Amino acid sequence: MLNNKEIQAENVLVKIRGMSFKRGTRVIFDNVDLDIQRGKITAIMGPSGCGKTTLLRMIGGQLLPQTGTVTVDGLQVNHLSRKALFKLRKRMGMLFQTGALLTDLDVFDNVAYPIREHTDLPESMIHDLVIMKLHAVGLRGARHLMPSELSGGMARRVALARAIALDPMMIMYDEPFTGQDPISMGVLVRLIKRMNEALGITSIVVSHDVTESASIADYVYVLSAGHIVGAGTPRELQQTDSKWVRQFMEALPDGPVPFHYPAADYDNELLSGHGNE
Amino acid sequence: MNKLAHWGQAPLEVLQVLGRYGLNFFERLGRGHIFMAYVMMGLKEVVQRWQLVVIQIFSVGVLSFVIIVISGLFVGMVLGLQGYNTLVDFGAEESLGVLVALSLVRELGPVVAALLYAGRAGSALTAEIGLMKTTEQLSAMEMMAVDPLHRIIAPRFIAGIISMPLLAAMFSAVGVFGGYFVGVGLLGVDDGAFWSQMQDAVDLRDDIFNGVIKSFVFGIAVTWIAVFEGYDTVPTSEGISRATTRTVVNSSLAVLGLDFILTALMFNE
Repeated sequence: MLNNKEIQAENVLVKIRGMSFKRGTRVIFDNVDLDIQRGKITAIMGPSGCGKTTLLRMIGGQLLPQTGTVTVDGLQVNHLSRKALFKLRKRMGMLFQTGALLTDLDVFDNVAYPIREHTDLPESMIHDLVIMKLHAVGLRGARHLMPSELSGGMARRVALARAIALDPMMIMYDEPFTGQDPISMGVLVRLIKRMNEALGITSIVVSHDVTESASIADYVYVLSAGHIVGAGTPRELQQTDSKWVRQFMEALPDGPVPFHYPAADYDNELLSGHGNE
Repeated sequence: MNKLAHWGQAPLEVLQVLGRYGLNFFERLGRGHIFMAYVMMGLKEVVQRWQLVVIQIFSVGVLSFVIIVISGLFVGMVLGLQGYNTLVDFGAEESLGVLVALSLVRELGPVVAALLYAGRAGSALTAEIGLMKTTEQLSAMEMMAVDPLHRIIAPRFIAGIISMPLLAAMFSAVGVFGGYFVGVGLLGVDDGAFWSQMQDAVDLRDDIFNGVIKSFVFGIAVTWIAVFEGYDTVPTSEGISRATTRTVVNSSLAVLGLDFILTALMFNE
Protein backbone atom coordinates (compact mmCIF):
# COMPACT_ATOMS: atom_id res chain seq x y z
CA MET A 1 0.00 0.00 0.00
CA LEU A 2 1.31 3.42 -0.87
CA ASN A 3 0.86 6.15 1.66
CA ASN A 4 -0.27 9.66 0.75
CA LYS A 5 3.23 11.06 0.38
CA GLU A 6 4.30 8.26 -1.92
CA ILE A 7 1.21 8.65 -4.08
CA GLN A 8 2.03 12.35 -4.35
CA ALA A 9 5.64 11.58 -5.23
CA GLU A 10 4.47 9.14 -7.93
CA ASN A 11 2.33 11.86 -9.40
CA VAL A 12 5.15 14.33 -9.76
CA LEU A 13 5.95 14.80 -13.45
CA VAL A 14 8.60 17.48 -13.12
CA LYS A 15 10.89 17.49 -10.12
CA ILE A 16 13.46 20.24 -9.64
CA ARG A 17 15.93 19.92 -6.79
CA GLY A 18 18.63 22.32 -5.60
CA MET A 19 18.67 24.08 -8.96
CA SER A 20 20.87 27.15 -9.33
CA PHE A 21 21.49 29.19 -12.43
CA LYS A 22 23.50 32.32 -13.07
CA ARG A 23 23.81 34.60 -16.08
CA GLY A 24 27.21 36.24 -15.77
CA THR A 25 27.20 37.46 -12.21
CA ARG A 26 23.41 37.76 -12.01
CA VAL A 27 21.78 34.99 -10.00
CA ILE A 28 18.55 33.85 -11.70
CA PHE A 29 17.84 30.83 -9.46
CA ASP A 30 19.36 30.06 -6.12
CA ASN A 31 18.84 26.52 -4.84
CA VAL A 32 15.26 26.16 -6.05
CA ASP A 33 13.11 23.07 -5.30
CA LEU A 34 9.88 22.70 -7.24
CA ASP A 35 7.39 19.93 -8.11
CA ILE A 36 4.85 19.87 -10.93
CA GLN A 37 2.01 17.43 -10.36
CA ARG A 38 0.91 15.16 -13.18
CA GLY A 39 -2.40 16.08 -14.80
CA LYS A 40 -2.69 19.41 -12.99
CA ILE A 41 -2.35 23.03 -14.04
CA THR A 42 0.56 24.62 -12.22
CA ALA A 43 1.05 28.34 -12.53
CA ILE A 44 4.46 29.89 -12.06
CA MET A 45 4.11 33.57 -11.33
CA GLY A 46 6.49 36.35 -10.61
CA PRO A 47 7.47 39.79 -11.77
CA SER A 48 9.02 40.33 -15.20
CA GLY A 49 12.62 39.25 -15.39
CA CYS A 50 12.48 36.86 -12.44
CA GLY A 51 13.42 33.88 -14.61
CA LYS A 52 10.04 32.30 -15.35
CA THR A 53 10.82 31.70 -19.02
CA THR A 54 14.31 30.50 -18.07
CA LEU A 55 12.65 27.90 -15.86
CA LEU A 56 10.62 26.58 -18.80
CA ARG A 57 13.74 26.41 -20.92
CA MET A 58 15.40 24.34 -18.21
CA ILE A 59 12.51 21.91 -18.05
CA GLY A 60 12.71 21.64 -21.84
CA GLY A 61 16.47 21.12 -21.71
CA GLN A 62 17.31 24.21 -23.75
CA LEU A 63 19.28 25.60 -20.83
CA LEU A 64 21.15 23.59 -18.24
CA PRO A 65 21.34 24.49 -14.54
CA GLN A 66 24.79 25.05 -13.10
CA THR A 67 23.93 22.92 -10.07
CA GLY A 68 21.00 20.75 -9.10
CA THR A 69 18.77 18.48 -11.12
CA VAL A 70 15.72 18.82 -13.36
CA THR A 71 13.81 15.55 -13.70
CA VAL A 72 10.93 15.11 -16.14
CA ASP A 73 8.98 11.86 -16.05
CA GLY A 74 11.84 10.14 -14.26
CA LEU A 75 14.51 11.34 -16.71
CA GLN A 76 17.19 13.79 -15.63
CA VAL A 77 16.98 16.41 -18.35
CA ASN A 78 20.37 17.93 -17.59
CA HIS A 79 22.16 14.60 -18.08
CA LEU A 80 20.37 13.32 -21.17
CA SER A 81 22.13 12.78 -24.48
CA ARG A 82 20.92 14.95 -27.36
CA LYS A 83 19.07 11.99 -28.84
CA ALA A 84 17.33 11.09 -25.59
CA LEU A 85 16.48 14.74 -24.97
CA PHE A 86 14.85 15.03 -28.40
CA LYS A 87 12.91 11.82 -27.70
CA LEU A 88 11.64 13.34 -24.46
CA ARG A 89 10.75 16.60 -26.19
CA LYS A 90 8.40 14.73 -28.51
CA ARG A 91 6.27 14.23 -25.41
CA MET A 92 6.43 17.90 -24.42
CA GLY A 93 4.66 20.82 -26.02
CA MET A 94 5.67 24.41 -25.61
CA LEU A 95 3.69 27.49 -26.41
CA PHE A 96 5.98 30.45 -26.98
CA GLN A 97 5.00 33.97 -26.10
CA THR A 98 4.94 35.06 -29.73
CA GLY A 99 3.54 31.78 -31.02
CA ALA A 100 6.81 31.19 -32.92
CA LEU A 101 5.00 29.84 -35.97
CA LEU A 102 7.15 29.03 -38.99
CA THR A 103 6.52 32.06 -41.16
CA ASP A 104 6.98 30.34 -44.52
CA LEU A 105 4.26 27.76 -43.82
CA ASP A 106 0.50 28.35 -43.61
CA VAL A 107 -1.58 27.47 -40.55
CA PHE A 108 -2.31 23.93 -41.73
CA ASP A 109 1.32 23.13 -42.50
CA ASN A 110 2.47 24.63 -39.22
CA VAL A 111 0.23 22.27 -37.26
CA ALA A 112 1.14 19.38 -39.56
CA TYR A 113 4.86 20.09 -39.19
CA PRO A 114 5.61 18.03 -36.05
CA ILE A 115 3.40 15.18 -37.31
CA ARG A 116 5.20 15.08 -40.65
CA GLU A 117 8.58 15.29 -38.95
CA HIS A 118 8.04 12.50 -36.47
CA THR A 119 5.59 10.08 -38.03
CA ASP A 120 5.13 8.25 -41.34
CA LEU A 121 1.38 8.73 -41.41
CA PRO A 122 -0.34 9.00 -44.80
CA GLU A 123 -1.29 12.51 -45.88
CA SER A 124 -5.02 11.80 -45.55
CA MET A 125 -4.59 10.91 -41.89
CA ILE A 126 -2.37 13.94 -41.26
CA HIS A 127 -5.12 16.06 -42.81
CA ASP A 128 -7.73 14.66 -40.41
CA LEU A 129 -5.46 15.03 -37.39
CA VAL A 130 -4.62 18.64 -38.21
CA ILE A 131 -8.28 19.47 -38.78
CA MET A 132 -9.12 17.96 -35.39
CA LYS A 133 -6.42 19.95 -33.63
CA LEU A 134 -7.43 23.15 -35.37
CA HIS A 135 -11.08 22.50 -34.54
CA ALA A 136 -10.13 22.13 -30.88
CA VAL A 137 -8.72 25.68 -30.88
CA GLY A 138 -11.57 27.02 -33.05
CA LEU A 139 -9.46 27.83 -36.11
CA ARG A 140 -10.44 25.10 -38.56
CA GLY A 141 -11.57 27.81 -40.96
CA ALA A 142 -8.25 29.64 -40.81
CA ARG A 143 -6.17 26.74 -42.12
CA HIS A 144 -5.14 28.50 -45.32
CA LEU A 145 -3.99 31.73 -43.69
CA MET A 146 -0.31 32.60 -43.37
CA PRO A 147 1.08 33.48 -39.90
CA SER A 148 1.41 37.14 -40.93
CA GLU A 149 -2.36 37.25 -41.48
CA LEU A 150 -3.19 36.14 -37.94
CA SER A 151 -3.85 38.30 -34.88
CA GLY A 152 -1.67 37.71 -31.81
CA GLY A 153 -4.38 35.66 -30.10
CA MET A 154 -5.00 33.54 -33.21
CA ALA A 155 -1.27 32.91 -33.62
CA ARG A 156 -1.13 31.60 -30.07
CA ARG A 157 -4.09 29.34 -30.68
CA VAL A 158 -2.46 27.93 -33.81
CA ALA A 159 0.71 27.42 -31.80
CA LEU A 160 -1.38 25.62 -29.19
CA ALA A 161 -2.82 23.34 -31.88
CA ARG A 162 0.74 22.64 -33.01
CA ALA A 163 1.86 21.99 -29.43
CA ILE A 164 -0.84 19.32 -28.98
CA ALA A 165 -0.28 17.81 -32.45
CA LEU A 166 1.68 14.85 -31.10
CA ASP A 167 -0.54 14.43 -28.01
CA PRO A 168 2.13 15.39 -25.48
CA MET A 169 2.07 14.52 -21.78
CA MET A 170 2.65 18.15 -20.82
CA ILE A 171 2.43 21.64 -22.26
CA MET A 172 4.44 24.63 -21.12
CA TYR A 173 2.77 27.97 -21.72
CA ASP A 174 5.12 30.95 -21.79
CA GLU A 175 3.18 34.11 -20.90
CA PRO A 176 0.06 33.02 -22.81
CA PHE A 177 -2.03 36.03 -21.78
CA THR A 178 0.43 38.87 -22.35
CA GLY A 179 -0.80 41.55 -24.74
CA GLN A 180 -4.17 39.92 -25.37
CA ASP A 181 -7.51 41.68 -25.57
CA PRO A 182 -10.14 40.48 -23.04
CA ILE A 183 -11.87 38.21 -25.54
CA SER A 184 -8.77 36.35 -26.70
CA MET A 185 -7.59 36.20 -23.11
CA GLY A 186 -10.87 34.55 -22.14
CA VAL A 187 -10.55 32.14 -25.07
CA LEU A 188 -6.99 31.19 -24.07
CA VAL A 189 -7.93 30.71 -20.42
CA ARG A 190 -10.76 28.40 -21.44
CA LEU A 191 -8.59 26.51 -23.91
CA ILE A 192 -5.85 25.86 -21.38
CA LYS A 193 -8.41 24.59 -18.90
CA ARG A 194 -10.13 22.45 -21.51
CA MET A 195 -6.89 20.91 -22.81
CA ASN A 196 -6.05 19.99 -19.26
CA GLU A 197 -9.45 18.49 -18.48
CA ALA A 198 -10.21 16.79 -21.78
CA LEU A 199 -6.78 15.44 -22.61
CA GLY A 200 -5.39 15.13 -19.09
CA ILE A 201 -2.33 17.12 -20.16
CA THR A 202 -0.10 18.43 -17.39
CA SER A 203 0.10 22.18 -17.86
CA ILE A 204 2.70 24.64 -16.67
CA VAL A 205 1.58 28.22 -17.11
CA VAL A 206 4.20 30.89 -16.69
CA SER A 207 2.54 34.25 -16.30
CA HIS A 208 2.31 37.48 -14.42
CA ASP A 209 -1.40 37.84 -15.08
CA VAL A 210 -2.53 36.95 -11.59
CA THR A 211 -6.30 36.80 -12.02
CA GLU A 212 -6.30 34.69 -15.18
CA SER A 213 -3.65 32.28 -13.98
CA ALA A 214 -5.16 31.90 -10.52
CA SER A 215 -8.59 31.23 -12.03
CA ILE A 216 -7.45 28.01 -13.70
CA ALA A 217 -4.41 26.89 -11.70
CA ASP A 218 -4.54 23.98 -9.29
CA TYR A 219 -1.27 25.04 -7.71
CA VAL A 220 0.78 28.23 -7.85
CA TYR A 221 4.44 28.98 -7.29
CA VAL A 222 5.48 32.60 -6.86
CA LEU A 223 9.07 33.37 -7.81
CA SER A 224 11.14 36.38 -6.91
CA ALA A 225 14.84 37.16 -6.99
CA GLY A 226 15.86 33.56 -7.56
CA HIS A 227 13.73 32.05 -4.80
CA ILE A 228 10.26 30.60 -4.42
CA VAL A 229 8.57 33.10 -2.13
CA GLY A 230 5.16 31.48 -2.09
CA ALA A 231 3.55 28.18 -3.01
CA GLY A 232 0.08 26.76 -2.62
CA THR A 233 -3.36 26.67 -4.13
CA PRO A 234 -4.63 30.06 -5.36
CA ARG A 235 -6.92 30.23 -2.31
CA GLU A 236 -4.04 29.54 0.07
CA LEU A 237 -1.93 32.22 -1.54
CA GLN A 238 -4.66 34.81 -1.24
CA GLN A 239 -4.70 34.20 2.51
CA THR A 240 -0.95 34.09 2.94
CA ASP A 241 0.93 36.11 5.55
CA SER A 242 3.77 36.90 3.20
CA LYS A 243 3.71 40.62 2.46
CA TRP A 244 5.56 40.08 -0.79
CA VAL A 245 3.09 37.51 -2.13
CA ARG A 246 0.16 39.68 -1.07
CA GLN A 247 1.64 42.66 -2.89
CA PHE A 248 2.03 40.59 -6.01
CA MET A 249 -1.33 38.81 -5.88
CA GLU A 250 -3.21 42.02 -5.12
CA ALA A 251 -1.17 44.16 -7.52
CA LEU A 252 -0.25 46.80 -4.93
CA PRO A 253 2.09 49.50 -6.25
CA ASP A 254 4.18 49.74 -3.08
CA GLY A 255 5.28 47.26 -0.49
CA PRO A 256 8.23 44.90 -0.09
CA VAL A 257 8.91 45.61 -3.77
CA PRO A 258 9.35 49.39 -3.51
CA PHE A 259 7.79 51.81 -5.95
CA HIS A 260 11.06 53.75 -6.15
CA TYR A 261 14.20 52.39 -7.68
CA PRO A 262 16.95 52.63 -5.02
CA ALA A 263 18.21 56.23 -4.99
CA ALA A 264 19.78 58.84 -2.74
CA ASP A 265 17.56 60.70 -0.28
CA TYR A 266 14.99 62.78 -2.18
CA ASP A 267 15.16 65.93 -0.01
CA ASN A 268 18.93 65.92 0.06
CA GLU A 269 19.09 65.55 -3.69
CA LEU A 270 16.75 68.49 -4.28
CA LEU A 271 18.49 70.71 -1.75
CA SER A 272 22.04 69.87 -2.79
CA GLY A 273 21.74 72.35 -5.68
CA HIS A 274 23.43 70.19 -8.37
CA GLY A 275 21.41 71.29 -11.36
CA ASN A 276 23.32 69.29 -13.89
CA GLU A 277 24.95 65.96 -13.31
CA MET B 1 49.55 63.56 -11.64
CA ASN B 2 46.35 61.96 -12.79
CA LYS B 3 47.24 62.61 -16.38
CA LEU B 4 50.64 61.01 -15.86
CA ALA B 5 49.06 57.94 -14.38
CA HIS B 6 46.65 57.85 -17.32
CA TRP B 7 49.46 57.98 -19.87
CA GLY B 8 51.26 55.29 -17.97
CA GLN B 9 48.22 53.06 -18.21
CA ALA B 10 47.43 53.71 -21.86
CA PRO B 11 49.69 51.04 -23.37
CA LEU B 12 48.27 48.52 -20.93
CA GLU B 13 44.75 49.44 -21.94
CA VAL B 14 45.62 49.09 -25.61
CA LEU B 15 47.09 45.69 -24.84
CA GLN B 16 43.96 44.77 -22.93
CA VAL B 17 41.68 45.80 -25.78
CA LEU B 18 43.83 43.91 -28.29
CA GLY B 19 43.77 40.86 -26.05
CA ARG B 20 39.99 41.02 -25.78
CA TYR B 21 39.63 41.29 -29.55
CA GLY B 22 41.98 38.36 -30.00
CA LEU B 23 40.12 36.20 -27.51
CA ASN B 24 36.75 37.11 -29.03
CA PHE B 25 38.04 36.31 -32.49
CA PHE B 26 39.34 32.87 -31.53
CA GLU B 27 36.24 32.14 -29.47
CA ARG B 28 34.01 32.87 -32.46
CA LEU B 29 36.30 30.87 -34.73
CA GLY B 30 36.00 27.92 -32.36
CA ARG B 31 32.26 28.25 -32.11
CA GLY B 32 32.03 28.47 -35.89
CA HIS B 33 33.86 25.15 -36.23
CA ILE B 34 31.80 23.36 -33.57
CA PHE B 35 28.69 24.74 -35.26
CA MET B 36 29.84 23.35 -38.60
CA ALA B 37 30.61 19.96 -37.04
CA TYR B 38 27.00 19.76 -35.80
CA VAL B 39 25.70 20.85 -39.20
CA MET B 40 27.75 18.12 -40.87
CA MET B 41 26.16 15.53 -38.61
CA GLY B 42 22.87 16.42 -40.26
CA LEU B 43 24.04 15.53 -43.78
CA LYS B 44 22.33 12.15 -43.65
CA GLU B 45 19.00 13.83 -43.02
CA VAL B 46 19.70 16.30 -45.84
CA VAL B 47 20.18 13.42 -48.26
CA GLN B 48 16.89 11.89 -47.12
CA ARG B 49 15.10 15.22 -47.51
CA TRP B 50 16.76 16.48 -50.66
CA GLN B 51 13.68 18.60 -51.50
CA LEU B 52 14.79 21.00 -48.77
CA VAL B 53 18.07 21.52 -50.66
CA VAL B 54 16.23 22.04 -53.95
CA ILE B 55 14.10 24.77 -52.38
CA GLN B 56 17.24 26.47 -51.05
CA ILE B 57 19.09 26.16 -54.36
CA PHE B 58 16.19 28.11 -55.81
CA SER B 59 16.39 30.84 -53.18
CA VAL B 60 20.19 31.24 -52.99
CA GLY B 61 21.13 30.15 -56.52
CA VAL B 62 18.33 30.81 -58.98
CA LEU B 63 17.38 34.12 -57.38
CA SER B 64 21.03 35.27 -57.62
CA PHE B 65 21.14 34.33 -61.30
CA VAL B 66 20.01 37.65 -62.74
CA ILE B 67 22.54 39.78 -60.86
CA ILE B 68 25.29 37.31 -61.77
CA VAL B 69 24.42 37.34 -65.47
CA ILE B 70 24.15 41.11 -65.72
CA SER B 71 27.38 41.66 -63.79
CA GLY B 72 29.18 38.99 -65.82
CA LEU B 73 28.10 40.65 -69.05
CA PHE B 74 29.39 44.07 -68.00
CA VAL B 75 32.64 42.73 -66.58
CA GLY B 76 33.22 40.83 -69.84
CA MET B 77 32.46 43.94 -71.89
CA VAL B 78 34.85 46.06 -69.84
CA LEU B 79 37.54 43.39 -70.19
CA GLY B 80 36.98 43.36 -73.95
CA LEU B 81 37.33 47.12 -74.15
CA GLN B 82 40.35 47.46 -71.86
CA GLY B 83 42.03 44.39 -73.33
CA TYR B 84 41.58 45.62 -76.88
CA ASN B 85 43.00 49.07 -76.08
CA THR B 86 46.12 47.51 -74.59
CA LEU B 87 46.61 44.70 -77.10
CA VAL B 88 46.07 46.84 -80.16
CA ASP B 89 49.25 48.81 -79.31
CA PHE B 90 51.23 45.60 -79.83
CA GLY B 91 49.18 44.43 -82.78
CA ALA B 92 48.00 41.49 -80.70
CA GLU B 93 44.28 42.19 -80.64
CA GLU B 94 43.59 38.66 -81.93
CA SER B 95 44.60 37.44 -78.49
CA LEU B 96 41.66 39.29 -76.94
CA GLY B 97 39.73 36.02 -76.56
CA VAL B 98 42.57 34.52 -74.51
CA LEU B 99 42.81 37.56 -72.27
CA VAL B 100 39.08 37.72 -71.61
CA ALA B 101 38.65 34.00 -71.06
CA LEU B 102 41.68 33.49 -68.82
CA SER B 103 40.90 36.54 -66.70
CA LEU B 104 37.37 35.37 -66.20
CA VAL B 105 37.91 31.66 -65.69
CA ARG B 106 40.92 31.96 -63.42
CA GLU B 107 40.10 35.05 -61.38
CA LEU B 108 37.18 37.31 -62.04
CA GLY B 109 34.55 34.63 -62.50
CA PRO B 110 35.03 32.90 -59.14
CA VAL B 111 35.96 36.06 -57.18
CA VAL B 112 33.41 38.57 -58.46
CA ALA B 113 30.64 35.96 -58.50
CA ALA B 114 31.50 35.08 -54.88
CA LEU B 115 31.46 38.75 -53.84
CA LEU B 116 28.09 39.25 -55.52
CA TYR B 117 26.81 36.02 -54.00
CA ALA B 118 27.91 37.23 -50.54
CA GLY B 119 26.01 40.48 -51.02
CA ARG B 120 22.89 38.97 -52.54
CA ALA B 121 22.46 35.48 -51.04
CA GLY B 122 24.80 35.57 -48.02
CA SER B 123 23.17 38.60 -46.46
CA ALA B 124 19.71 37.15 -47.15
CA LEU B 125 20.67 33.87 -45.46
CA THR B 126 21.98 35.67 -42.38
CA ALA B 127 18.92 37.90 -42.12
CA GLU B 128 16.52 35.00 -42.60
CA ILE B 129 18.16 32.75 -40.01
CA GLY B 130 18.69 35.68 -37.63
CA LEU B 131 15.03 36.60 -37.85
CA MET B 132 14.01 32.99 -37.27
CA LYS B 133 16.11 33.07 -34.12
CA THR B 134 14.69 36.41 -32.99
CA THR B 135 11.10 35.24 -33.46
CA GLU B 136 11.89 32.04 -31.53
CA GLN B 137 11.20 29.82 -34.56
CA LEU B 138 14.49 28.00 -34.04
CA SER B 139 13.71 27.48 -30.35
CA ALA B 140 10.24 26.24 -31.24
CA MET B 141 11.76 23.70 -33.63
CA GLU B 142 14.13 22.49 -30.93
CA MET B 143 11.19 22.06 -28.59
CA MET B 144 9.38 20.08 -31.30
CA ALA B 145 12.41 17.75 -31.26
CA VAL B 146 13.50 18.99 -34.69
CA ASP B 147 17.14 20.04 -34.85
CA PRO B 148 17.34 23.41 -36.64
CA LEU B 149 21.02 22.79 -37.41
CA HIS B 150 19.99 19.80 -39.49
CA ARG B 151 16.71 21.06 -40.88
CA ILE B 152 17.38 24.77 -41.44
CA ILE B 153 21.15 25.26 -41.61
CA ALA B 154 22.40 22.11 -43.36
CA PRO B 155 20.17 22.38 -46.48
CA ARG B 156 21.11 26.05 -46.90
CA PHE B 157 24.79 25.26 -46.53
CA ILE B 158 24.69 22.46 -49.10
CA ALA B 159 22.61 24.60 -51.47
CA GLY B 160 25.23 27.36 -51.23
CA ILE B 161 28.08 24.98 -52.02
CA ILE B 162 26.23 23.59 -55.05
CA SER B 163 25.10 26.99 -56.33
CA MET B 164 28.38 28.89 -56.10
CA PRO B 165 30.41 27.01 -58.77
CA LEU B 166 27.40 27.05 -61.10
CA LEU B 167 26.96 30.79 -60.66
CA ALA B 168 30.69 31.40 -61.20
CA ALA B 169 30.57 29.28 -64.38
CA MET B 170 27.60 31.31 -65.61
CA PHE B 171 29.43 34.51 -64.79
CA SER B 172 32.48 33.45 -66.81
CA ALA B 173 30.40 32.18 -69.75
CA VAL B 174 28.35 35.34 -70.01
CA GLY B 175 31.52 37.40 -69.50
CA VAL B 176 33.17 35.72 -72.49
CA PHE B 177 30.15 36.64 -74.58
CA GLY B 178 30.39 40.22 -73.27
CA GLY B 179 34.03 40.36 -74.36
CA TYR B 180 33.10 38.81 -77.72
CA PHE B 181 30.35 41.35 -78.23
CA VAL B 182 32.65 44.32 -77.63
CA GLY B 183 35.82 42.89 -79.25
CA VAL B 184 34.38 41.17 -82.31
CA GLY B 185 31.04 42.91 -82.63
CA LEU B 186 32.03 46.51 -82.00
CA LEU B 187 35.81 46.79 -82.36
CA GLY B 188 36.34 44.46 -85.33
CA VAL B 189 38.59 41.72 -83.89
CA ASP B 190 38.63 38.65 -86.12
CA ASP B 191 35.93 36.22 -85.13
CA GLY B 192 37.89 33.04 -85.87
CA ALA B 193 41.05 34.26 -84.16
CA PHE B 194 39.08 35.25 -81.06
CA TRP B 195 37.68 31.74 -80.55
CA SER B 196 40.58 29.63 -81.84
CA GLN B 197 43.23 31.39 -79.75
CA MET B 198 40.97 31.05 -76.74
CA GLN B 199 40.56 27.33 -77.44
CA ASP B 200 44.33 26.87 -77.72
CA ALA B 201 45.24 28.80 -74.60
CA VAL B 202 42.58 27.81 -72.09
CA ASP B 203 43.40 24.49 -70.48
CA LEU B 204 40.63 22.38 -68.99
CA ARG B 205 42.58 21.21 -65.94
CA ASP B 206 44.86 24.17 -65.25
CA ASP B 207 42.37 26.93 -65.86
CA ILE B 208 38.78 25.79 -65.81
CA PHE B 209 39.12 23.08 -63.19
CA ASN B 210 41.16 25.33 -60.91
CA GLY B 211 38.55 28.06 -61.31
CA VAL B 212 35.84 25.61 -60.31
CA ILE B 213 37.84 24.57 -57.23
CA LYS B 214 38.17 28.24 -56.30
CA SER B 215 34.47 28.90 -56.56
CA PHE B 216 33.74 25.72 -54.62
CA VAL B 217 36.00 26.90 -51.77
CA PHE B 218 34.45 30.38 -51.89
CA GLY B 219 31.00 28.79 -51.78
CA ILE B 220 31.92 26.93 -48.59
CA ALA B 221 33.48 30.02 -46.99
CA VAL B 222 30.72 32.49 -47.82
CA THR B 223 27.82 30.19 -46.98
CA TRP B 224 29.51 29.03 -43.78
CA ILE B 225 30.00 32.62 -42.63
CA ALA B 226 26.45 33.56 -43.64
CA VAL B 227 24.67 30.72 -41.84
CA PHE B 228 26.90 30.99 -38.76
CA GLU B 229 26.38 34.73 -38.44
CA GLY B 230 22.63 34.19 -38.74
CA TYR B 231 22.58 31.45 -36.13
CA ASP B 232 24.90 33.34 -33.79
CA THR B 233 23.09 36.66 -34.10
CA VAL B 234 22.04 38.61 -31.02
CA PRO B 235 18.25 38.27 -31.20
CA THR B 236 17.37 41.94 -31.63
CA SER B 237 16.86 44.10 -34.71
CA GLU B 238 20.24 45.72 -34.13
CA GLY B 239 21.79 42.28 -33.77
CA ILE B 240 20.43 41.19 -37.15
CA SER B 241 21.68 44.34 -38.81
CA ARG B 242 25.16 43.83 -37.36
CA ALA B 243 25.20 40.17 -38.30
CA THR B 244 24.19 40.94 -41.89
CA THR B 245 26.93 43.54 -42.20
CA ARG B 246 29.47 41.13 -40.71
CA THR B 247 28.46 38.48 -43.23
CA VAL B 248 29.11 40.74 -46.20
CA VAL B 249 32.35 42.22 -44.81
CA ASN B 250 33.84 38.99 -43.46
CA SER B 251 32.91 36.84 -46.42
CA SER B 252 34.27 39.41 -48.89
CA LEU B 253 37.54 39.53 -46.98
CA ALA B 254 37.61 35.74 -46.75
CA VAL B 255 37.05 35.42 -50.51
CA LEU B 256 39.87 37.85 -51.35
CA GLY B 257 42.25 36.28 -48.83
CA LEU B 258 41.46 32.73 -49.92
CA ASP B 259 41.82 33.78 -53.56
CA PHE B 260 45.39 34.84 -52.94
CA ILE B 261 46.23 31.59 -51.17
CA LEU B 262 44.57 29.43 -53.83
CA THR B 263 46.16 31.38 -56.69
CA ALA B 264 49.56 31.00 -55.08
CA LEU B 265 49.03 27.25 -54.73
CA MET B 266 47.54 26.70 -58.20
CA PHE B 267 49.45 28.96 -60.54
CA ASN B 268 52.82 29.10 -58.84
CA GLU B 269 55.06 27.40 -61.37
